[in-house]
Amino acid sequence: MRQDTRVKLEIAGVGHSYGDLRTLSSLTLAGEANEVIGLVGPSGCGKSTLLELICGLQEPIEGKIAVEGNSASEERLGRCALMPQRDLLLPWYSAIDNAALALRNQGIGRAEARAEAATLFDRFGLAGFEAARPAELSGGMRQRVAFLRTLIAGKPVLALDEPFASLDAITRAEMQEWLAAALRADPRTAVLVTHDVEEALYLCDRVAVMSGRPGRVVAELSAPHPRAEDRDGAVTDPGFVSAREQALRTLHQTLRGS
Amino acid sequence: MLPALFLLTLVGIWQLAASTGLLADLFGLEDFLVPSPAEIGEALWENRTLLAENAWVTLREILLGFACALVAGIAFAIAMHLSGFVLRSTYPLVIASQTIPIVAIAPILVIWFGFGIVPKILVVALVCFFPITVATLNGLSSVDPEAGKLMRTLYASRWQIFRRLSVPTSLPYLFTGIKISIVFAPIGALFGEWVGSSSGLGHQILQDNAQLQTARLFAAVAILSAIGLILFGLVALVERRVVTWR
Repeated sequence: MRQDTRVKLEIAGVGHSYGDLRTLSSLTLAGEANEVIGLVGPSGCGKSTLLELICGLQEPIEGKIAVEGNSASEERLGRCALMPQRDLLLPWYSAIDNAALALRNQGIGRAEARAEAATLFDRFGLAGFEAARPAELSGGMRQRVAFLRTLIAGKPVLALDEPFASLDAITRAEMQEWLAAALRADPRTAVLVTHDVEEALYLCDRVAVMSGRPGRVVAELSAPHPRAEDRDGAVTDPGFVSAREQALRTLHQTLRGS
Repeated sequence: MLPALFLLTLVGIWQLAASTGLLADLFGLEDFLVPSPAEIGEALWENRTLLAENAWVTLREILLGFACALVAGIAFAIAMHLSGFVLRSTYPLVIASQTIPIVAIAPILVIWFGFGIVPKILVVALVCFFPITVATLNGLSSVDPEAGKLMRTLYASRWQIFRRLSVPTSLPYLFTGIKISIVFAPIGALFGEWVGSSSGLGHQILQDNAQLQTARLFAAVAILSAIGLILFGLVALVERRVVTWR
């Protein structure tokens, strides 16, 4: 396991707008090595935009974003991997070729890329589905492949944009446990956007609550049992329940305030 | 199955109406001017060498013209996709060019390029070019922008995004364009032959028309139609092999 105590992610006074629409304003957030930060907030508060900013796909109009101390957008792009809301698996590639896309794009040959992805397929419960096309996979399976695709890129920071929003409640709980295990096995610095406060508190070390548009961080809560092996036990624990209530209260306050 | 049954019924009715002289009487024509399907089949068999020779000439024109259009259409669509300048300056002209009837251009092509195969190839290519170009351009521009962003976070270069995302996305569109153009291609070849030729199915149709060889004329038409159908079927077959994710 990497023992890196440097600040991996630094967002200071960031503002962003789409034309006249102000989406983010003086947003400040920092992430340490292998820390998972949750982002919750009302719809349209700029959560997804923030992820694109972190990944270097967009530029802020003010403030600074640095990933491992680098603030140039190309540098950020090279250090962040994005898992979008929709899995966006390419239907013409098999599951394993989708997962190995980052390797192929780096010029690694097909056989070698597949072999490397295959070890992760075994580790993350996808063995036997290597050759399946995305259309043949269930929603949960597709999200797993999409996450492996993000992981295989080998970047220090992961930007996860509501990865389980499209799944049903049971699959979603399963996938949360799965992702917790994956992050325990292969710790990364990650920013997880979600609508689900419980999901954020279970998967993240720290949860940032955002205000309505223009979005900024109005509160930060630390989670009591991040990525605990026993999810059901963790989420019913009194500490967790009170943290969840506090988070929901803060969210309601920001909703009323905006 | 159903279309075949319908066609068979129609042919049956035609056979009955023509062989009893009903159809000719209806049009007020001589019997031999309204051949029955059986007579057409007979003409087809009796003139098989002649028809096959002419069909080969026409088929060659179709395939060469189509191949030219395929290469030029794809290349042009890619150029328009990659360069906003090319798109803005030429796309309206491509659309406008479609308002000029091919039939009107064909004679000029014969004047410029003679009675050989070149003007026929050009007419076929002109007919096929438009559907292929527009369909390919449509396909290339229907790429999901989110997928493009994702590819960038996965180290993809512009070329890799084009090859691994844009090209596969546009393939089903390209095949739609190909299917449309391949059924029009025989008509293009026919036009090309009508304005000046010494062989080919179009040439033969004109001759049969002049000599009132109606049965053989229908036979030539049937072969031309069969060429279109077979080519369409082949394209559909290739599509199924290539676009495996649909």
